[in-house]
Parts: sequence; C-alpha cells; structure tokens
Amino acid sequence: MIHRIDVQVSQMAQGRDAGYDPLGNSIRNQILELGQVVGSVTTGRIFLIDSDADRQAMQQVASQLLADPIVETAQFIDPANLPDDTGRSRIEIHLKPGVMDPVAASTEMAINDMGIAVRQVRTGRVYLIDGIVPQDQLRQIASRVLANGVIESVHFNAYIPQQFEAGRTYSFKLKRIPLRDLSDEQLLKLSREGHLFLSLAEMKAIQMYFCDLDREPTDIELETLAQTWSEHCVHKTLKSAVEVFDETGQRLGQYDNLIKQTIFDSTMQLMNREDPANPFCLSVFKDNAGVITLDETDAVCFKVETHNHPSAIEPYGGSATGIGGVIRDILGTGLAAKPIANTDVFCVAYPDAANPGIVNPHSTVRNLPRGVIHPKRILQQIVAGVRDYGNRMGIPTINGAVYFDDNYLGNPLVFCGCVGLIPRNKINKDAQAGDAIVVMGGRTGRDGIHGATFSSAELTDTHADEFSHAVQIGNAITEKKVGDVILQARDRELFSAVTDCGAGGLSSAVGEMGEKIGAHVNLEQVPLKYQGLRYDEIWISEAQERMVLSVPPDKVTELLELSRSEDVEATVIGTFGTPSAELVLNYSGTEVGRMSMHFIHKGIPMPTRKAVVPTAPVQASITAAELSVPFSPAESSHKTGAIKKQLLATLAHPNVASKHWIIRQYDHEVQGGSAIKPLIGPLQKGPSDASVVRPKLSSPKGVVLSCGMAPYITDPYEMALASIDEAIRNAVCVGGDPDRMAMLDNFCWPSVDDERTMGTLVRACEACRDGALAYGVPFVSGKDSLHNQFTNQETQQVIRIPNTLLISVIGIIDDVRNCLTMDFKGQSTRVLVIQPKDTRPATLARVHRQMAAIIRDRLLTACHDVSDGGIATALAEMAIASGRGLSVAASSMRFDQPRGSYVVELADRVKPEDLSARLADVATIELAGTTTGQKSLTITHNGNTVQDISLDELTAAWLGTLDW
Amino acid sequence: MSQPKVMILRTAGTNCDQETAHAFECAGAVASFRHINELLENKRLLNDYQILAIPGGFSYGDDISSGRILANQIMNHLPEAMRAFVDAGKPIIGICNGFQVLIKTGLLPGTVADNHGQNCTLTHNTSGSFVDRWVHLSRRSQKCIWTRGLAEIELPVAHGEGRFVADSEAVLRGLWADDRVALVYVRDDGSPANREYPWNPNGSVDDIAGICDQTGLVFGLMPHPERYVDPTQHPAWTSQFPRPTHGAGQAIFSNAVEHVGGNVMNLLNV
Repeated sequence: MIHRIDVQVSQMAQGRDAGYDPLGNSIRNQILELGQVVGSVTTGRIFLIDSDADRQAMQQVASQLLADPIVETAQFIDPANLPDDTGRSRIEIHLKPGVMDPVAASTEMAINDMGIAVRQVRTGRVYLIDGIVPQDQLRQIASRVLANGVIESVHFNAYIPQQFEAGRTYSFKLKRIPLRDLSDEQLLKLSREGHLFLSLAEMKAIQMYFCDLDREPTDIELETLAQTWSEHCVHKTLKSAVEVFDETGQRLGQYDNLIKQTIFDSTMQLMNREDPANPFCLSVFKDNAGVITLDETDAVCFKVETHNHPSAIEPYGGSATGIGGVIRDILGTGLAAKPIANTDVFCVAYPDAANPGIVNPHSTVRNLPRGVIHPKRILQQIVAGVRDYGNRMGIPTINGAVYFDDNYLGNPLVFCGCVGLIPRNKINKDAQAGDAIVVMGGRTGRDGIHGATFSSAELTDTHADEFSHAVQIGNAITEKKVGDVILQARDRELFSAVTDCGAGGLSSAVGEMGEKIGAHVNLEQVPLKYQGLRYDEIWISEAQERMVLSVPPDKVTELLELSRSEDVEATVIGTFGTPSAELVLNYSGTEVGRMSMHFIHKGIPMPTRKAVVPTAPVQASITAAELSVPFSPAESSHKTGAIKKQLLATLAHPNVASKHWIIRQYDHEVQGGSAIKPLIGPLQKGPSDASVVRPKLSSPKGVVLSCGMAPYITDPYEMALASIDEAIRNAVCVGGDPDRMAMLDNFCWPSVDDERTMGTLVRACEACRDGALAYGVPFVSGKDSLHNQFTNQETQQVIRIPNTLLISVIGIIDDVRNCLTMDFKGQSTRVLVIQPKDTRPATLARVHRQMAAIIRDRLLTACHDVSDGGIATALAEMAIASGRGLSVAASSMRFDQPRGSYVVELADRVKPEDLSARLADVATIELAGTTTGQKSLTITHNGNTVQDISLDELTAAWLGTLDW
Repeated sequence: MSQPKVMILRTAGTNCDQETAHAFECAGAVASFRHINELLENKRLLNDYQILAIPGGFSYGDDISSGRILANQIMNHLPEAMRAFVDAGKPIIGICNGFQVLIKTGLLPGTVADNHGQNCTLTHNTSGSFVDRWVHLSRRSQKCIWTRGLAEIELPVAHGEGRFVADSEAVLRGLWADDRVALVYVRDDGSPANREYPWNPNGSVDDIAGICDQTGLVFGLMPHPERYVDPTQHPAWTSQFPRPTHGAGQAIFSNAVEHVGGNVMNLLNV
C-alpha cells in the first residue's frame, strides 16, 4: 500500500527558533510580489511510500529518517485521517510520472538500508497558507510561484494515490516508414509531423540512400539521421558554403565552409607561429572541448554550451541539465578531464517586465505573451538550477554575467561553461574494434526525447505542451558518482575512449565513437528507468547523467567492479567495430537498424547559402541604450547634482548593478583553489573583472577565466570585436597575459533563414577571425545556437533576440601571487584612465599587451576595465570595493565606454610618466583623481568640491537592484 | 609516529575531500580516501588510522535533509567502531556536511543534560538560501583539541543548512557549561554577532559555528578551514601587507597532527 508521511517544521519544538520556517517565509514574499496579500505560509515535504511494511515500521522511517527530531514533525495522512484545513488553504505539488525525482531515489535507498523493504517512493511539496484564499487566486499562486505544469501537477486537497502508475509492458513491433515513393511535399510533411526538422534536400538524400538499399527505412534509422543531422549536432549553418553579396546585389565572394575559413583558419595561423617544442594549443575544434597547456605534465580544457530552449520552458531543469551537460562534455574530453570550474552567463528580459506597479521600469513589456514565464522567475529559477547542480557537483562556479534586454522575453539564453584538468598524455582517445560499449550512470527513460531536434527549432507558445518530454530534471549526485568512477578508471587505464550522452542520447554518443569502425548495439541491454520504452526511444532519449565508454575486453570486469564499489551502474550494451563500419542496432535478437557510418556522418547534403552583408557598417551605439546618454560636465550640472543623479541611476541599472545575489548562491570556493574570487576586496563586494583558480593545490599556477559580450551593438562586426576586447581586457586586469590565452565562441542568433541575418553571422565570423589574429589569441572551441526567437502563434508576433556572441577567455597565470584586483589599496594614490588612441584591434592588442607587462612589473595596485556604465561607474566600483574614498575631477566622471579602456591605481613609487613611457604611442593617460581617507566620492571642478557622494549611498544603489 | 594516517571518508556527493587531504598533508599527515562502502564491508579499517575526517559536500545530495542519510548509515552499521575510535583518544573532524553528519548521528555534541541521541540540529539558514561568504570566528572552548591556540580567525562558509538549533535551552546551557562551544561567529571587531547577517551568516542560536564533544576530540564546524591554508585563498589577500605565510585554517589541521604525536610540518602550501 501507499503510506503518505508529511514532514514540516514543528510548531511545538522547544529549542530557540526551532519553529521558524525560512522557506515558507521566502515563498510568502514571492506571493506578495505578485500583488497578492496572504497570511503566513508553512511548507512541508510529502513522502509517498509504496511498501508492505506495517505502520510501526513506517513510524520508524518517519522519526529516524524523514523528520529532523529537533525542528520537524512527521504526520501520517490517509483517507481516514485527512488533514484539517479549516481556516487555511492548501496547495500541493507532485511530480508527474516519469519525471526524475532524486530525493525519492535516495529515500528508497535509505529505507532499504534500515532493513525495511520498499517498492517505490515519490515525493511532493505542500504549502499551507493561513486564511481562505479563493481557488482562482490559488491557481495563480501555484502557476506563478510554486509549480511548473510541464513536469508537475497541482492539487488543492491532500493527494493520496491508490497505487503508482506502473510502466506499460512493451511488446516489440518493428516499424518501417515508407519513404521511397513520397513526393517532395509528402517528405516535408513527414519531416514536420515526425519532429525530424530535416530540410527537403536532407529528406531527399535519405530517400535516395534507401532507394539504393532497395528497402524502406525503419523508424529508428530515420530518427538516428534526424539526430545526427540536426543543427544542434552537426552545426550545418556555420559549416555550410556561403555566397556573400552586398545590399546592391553585388557578389563579394564565397566561403566553401564558413567557420573553417574564418575562425578555424585564424587558429591554424596562430598555431603555426607556436614553438613546436612547446605548444600552447593541444587540441582544437575536434574534441568536446578545446585543450591548452597548463604546465609540463598537465593541460586544461574549456567548453561553453547553451541550453536555451529547455530553459525557456522549464528554467530550473533547463539550466541544471545545461550545467550537467557541459560538465559531462569535460568528463568526456580526451580520456576524461577533472572538472575544476564552472561559468554561467544569462540573457533575460528586464525583471520588472509587465509589472504595472513599478514607476520608471526598465522594461517596455506591458503584457506577457501566452506561454512565456515571467523573466524574474526565469532568472531566479535558472540561478537555482545552476546552484543546485554545480554546488552538488563540487565544482566552483566562478565567472559569469547577466545581460538584460526585453527581446530575450520568450527566448532567454543560458550559457553554461566548464573547465577541466587533464594530464597531457590523456588527451587522445580512439575506440578500438573489439572494445565493449559500456553505458554508465543514469538509467534511460522517456524524458528528454527529441532534445537535439527541439533545440534546433524555434520556440512558439505551444512548445511547452508539444515538447514537455524534451524537458528534464537533473540528478547531480548520479553525475558526481559517474565522474568519481571515470577519473579513477582513467588513471587505471580501463578504457580506450569515452564520451558523453548529450542531446541525441546513445545515438549520438555511440555514433560518434564508432564513426570510423562501426558499432553493434543490443538495445534491450540498456538499463531502463521503467518498462514500456520502445527500441527507438531507448536509442534517442537524452536521459541525463550517462556516459559511454569503449572498454578493451580484458578490462571490462575491472571496470564493472570499480563501478559497483561506488554504487554506479555500468552495463555492456554492444561492441565497437563491424566488418564494413556499419551501425547495427538489434533489439532482442531482431535487427532494427543497419546503416553505414559513412552515410550517417558524411551523407548530409550541404547546400550553398546566400548571405547579404550591409554595404556600410551600421553605426555602433557604444553602450546600452539607457546608458548611452553622453554626459557633458557643464558648470550648471554640478550645481543641480546631475552627475550624482546619473551615477546613482547607472549603478542601479540592472546591467551594471552588483550580481552578488547570484554569486553568493554558488559555492565559488570548493576544491580550494580559489585565488581571485568573483567578489573581492576587504568588504567582499568588489566585482572582479575575472576569476583565477589554482587547478593543482601544490602549484602556484593559475587559470584565469573571463567573458565579454556586447549585444547592444547592432553592427555584427563591431559587436564581435567589442566582445573579444572586453573578454581579453577583463583577464588582463587580474594579471592575465594575452600570450597565454585562448578563446571560445558561442553564437546565439535568431533564425538565419533569411539572407540578411545570415549576413550578420558571416560578419561576426569574420570579426572573430580578424580579432583572433590581431590580438594573437586563438579560438580553441565553440558552439552555436541559431533559432533563438519566439513566435506568439495567437498574434503572429515574432520576438527575435539580438545577435549575441559570448566570448569566453581562458588563460594561464604562472604564479597567482602576482595577480591584481580592482579595489583601491592606498590613500593619496593616483588614479588614472588609460584610453586607447583608436579602436583598431591592432592598437587595442598593443595596449593590452603593454598593460599585461605593466601589471607583471607591479607598477599598479589596482586595475579595472571600463565597461557598462563607463568610466564614472568603474571609478565608483573601485571605491565601493575598497571602502576607500576618491577625489575625482568632474571631467573624468564620464559615462561613455571607450573601447579598450582601463582605470588604474598607481603604486606609490610609480610616476604617471612611467606609464606614458610604455603606452604613449597607443593610448592617452589621464589623471582622474586621487584616493582619500574620506568615505566618499568627492567630485571637483577647477579645484573646488562640487559634489560629495557618500560610499554608503553609492554602495546601496549598486547592491540594491538585484538583492532578491 | 612521525606521519599520522588520516582517513578521509567519502561517499556519493562528497566534494571537499581533496582539499581536506591537502590541508592534512601540509600539516605533515598522510591522507587516504576511503569510501563508506569499504568501511561497511570492513569495520576494522578504522583501526589503521589515527585521525578521521568527514569532509564537506552533499552526501547523497542532502536528499531528505543535509547529512541525514550518511548519518543513518553510520548509526545503523558503525556505532561501535566510531565509539571505539574516540575511546582510543583519536580525533574526528566534520567540516560543513561532515558537521551535519556528526550532529545527526548524535556523536556531536554527545550526551548533554540527560539528552541522548540527536539533541541539536543544523537546519535551513534564516535567509532560506545557500550562502558562500567569509566570516569572522572566535574561539570559545578550551577543551577542543582542534582549536588550541586560535584566537580569532577568518574562514569561508558555503552552505544552505547551517543554522544551529538545540533541542532545548537546557541542552544549550549544557553545551556552554561543559565548554563544548568551540567557535562562534563574531563581528569584524570581535564583538558578538548577535545573530545579525552577514556576521552570523545563517542565524545560528548563540552564534554557534562549531562545537566539540565532551572529550574535545570530536569537532564539527560549518566554516571550511581547508579553504584557507594558502594566503591567496583570502578574498582580500591582494591588500594584505605583509602577507602571511599560511592561511589561518592550517592551524586546525596541525593541532590534530600534534595531538596524535605527529611531527607538525606546516609545509608551505605552494
């Protein structure tokens, strides 16, 4: 039978403050934000336990396991003993069947450990609100604050199921899809209705392949091709041939392979300049992540992925599985790397959208379209997803950014990055014919089917219903265990290749590893979460936390034993290598698929695309629209307090304001290597330009991580260059050296089906090539996501995201003890603004290299980049971070953002001329002010104080906006 | 015994194991990682070690509540082995999740005021959310062997369930009376935090950050001493002149090594 045990904070507890329920309190605050005034909220956890054990045994479970004896009580709920809801309202949230429930799995294990047999556990949450809240109001609270209908069901009474839904038993039936005789129109219909998202040319290539084989394809063969050929997996747009025209129709040229001839090409040129005996780039654009040299024995690798569409529909699960996925990329790089740092960058609409109560909102959105989750909730949930997954994995999340723009309303961007440490002799891998195919980690369920094709399509307001099966909840501890086993197995040399199961599941992992030698898979061997999966679902499900290993036959026993000792499931599901390099899929002895690996990987037709680039570059706006008002310090403005007003407003702008609310929820110090934290200085408030960790605790070597993006610049070429400059400059500020840096590109574009948008993509690729060559910093890995727009199918309104290029920099620092931070260190020290003389990449590159040398030679005691909010904001942030005052000339309180600029504090013994000597031909150096012993920012004009703003006031403005 | 052996206990979700081992090794000990499954199969394994450390992390995901499932495994299968370890005069430390485990086994603070079994807990922070920040701590106990010689110390915390609550005022009074309150959160000037954020980051009663048992051998704390063994781990190290040779957390590991008769090395971290 099913026992229901509810656990909640005890109101009867004796200990001081034992009866306080912080979670209930924070839920109530979120409800108040909706504009609904309600009484106090009590939260509880629901355990539904299917067991034949008697009540006494269940009482033992309740008191010894489920409820904390000091602060909680447990209560049995059954139909004869329903809770008394007089004077209060009840909302219960239960997971829908088949949704990952990590707590339930742990609870089953722990009850069995007590010697009590249990069949299955499921968990839920209950919220009890004091007072009678009308039903429609409860529904709104449930849907806006508490539940996501995609994965959860809401109840307003105590829910006690008679029994859990058992999976249906599956009776095997091979399905063929008649294809050979279809017309073009019918092929497109099949592609659309089967969620294949293949073009007509691709469908025809498949048709021809099966005509040659003289048979119809099976469903699993078609699905395999749809996954492998999806934009998500093959990046067919960036790899395609492109004819480039200007706006008058004149042909400017052609790329046979856009990315290969731009970004890859610049990397190859830079690698050719390397000392072959001492290479920096060790593996570029071929493995899961780019790999660069750390020291003589070890390397570091870095990958950034996006998880945009799942995060739009289920932000918590979407971002958690986003970070989970990129961590698996690192575990699957070479012969496995150890994850040592995470990064995250989010683009969302302004959090004050559609809130009529707010005066002067940043957002221009008045009503949320149907199917769109409110941006504030999106941000809260994606932060929570990264927090819960990253923290549980024990990987410090150390660098990131948040950018607000209303055009991300229906299609937020979630970038998740991971850095790994890998011995240099473990970088290469090759599955060998005869190796066993071993799947390790999570079991396969129906969750996450069509992940790859879903992410390659554009979002509409009905996607939440159509693609709910593509949305998943992660289980970080399963992945942590898998990582622990894989790193031990690597050091014991138990496998010859490894990769992650990403979107496309086993289909892409096995397909990729067996590309050259073929593979034979017995699908019935794959461990399942529940009964009833069809053979094709087993093959393409994206179910999380799985890795595939290629294991030599004589190592299989040892690997399986190692896995068992760490409670990790590992199963042999087939063999690599077939006589003619085919993919052969069997289910219980029946062949369900057989295709050549060559066709799967090389058969995709690559049509030539057309791109139109702007004839004259679009004029770049230099900063976000709200911040772009250039400020001229006229005499009158000092008196009216205009500088102060603008400074406070700028510091409080969401794109400038402190992100401490996010950073502090992440464990950014686990693993013990933290050297430059995201929040630094004596007050732990300073916004560090970049972060530095030591991957090896016995070595002073550091890895610096930084990022840059500039979606507010409309010209794609300038936008890309500005992003590159910001990322490199951020790393230089803390002591990075451009000679020891590499970059990653992440393109997030709206639909590139039209020629002009394709033209913007071409220009951004060209800027990446030109920027990499000018700065001498190679791209080593990248990723793209190309259909980021939202269509409201009721109104046909399309919201396209701004073209967004995230540049992530990774660099090597020889000794972290030479790093620098952005907080002022002294009193009466000189503060200077360094501004490049022009914005050509060659000039900026020289400035940054000189700055790196100046920092290395210890001429500075603080350095900060000028970005959103301009020079005035950079000065204010340095004062806020240090708690030290600054006397500054009104003429330096500028809000523009000259590209490539720095604000620095000179070391005591150093004169401004010492800097001029090194920078004079490429930059202007302006004395902005001096640090003081006062706790204020003192603005002077002609030697007179015209404004005195206390640091407390500046700090409050800067911390307040995103202090949720 | 020049180099004492430390067992770093691991399980699913342990994640501060390597830096904890590093901190012990800097202090002159030899650290080995042991999975709970090994210990359950061979309970005598503990005999080979002089010090036991339960490091931070999210054991079993902190599912149900932080540290609960590992605590139950220990109490269901290893109570005698743990008791024998302490009876032999060997120190045990639980850091963050390890502290949560020791509290939920009842090994910390041990019997207080006739209150057996689990008599205190670590529950959700008053703020309701996870927090990573540096805090100021002050030593209170003379009994705890791990905190000997410390006065005030800065360390980072990183947890969502660190609010210390006792079963009753009697238990709390008993802890103070028996000198078992090892560390409390204080303000930067050393005055009491009085449960005010951010000085007291989680709302613990009496600002309690770490406690020990009646012997002073078993010690648990929410802050992470293993994250401050090198000067560059401090958030403001770039403005510290002169720079210390070690992080202040190192002393905690060195105290245990010294207590079991090892030669304290205080190796430079890098």
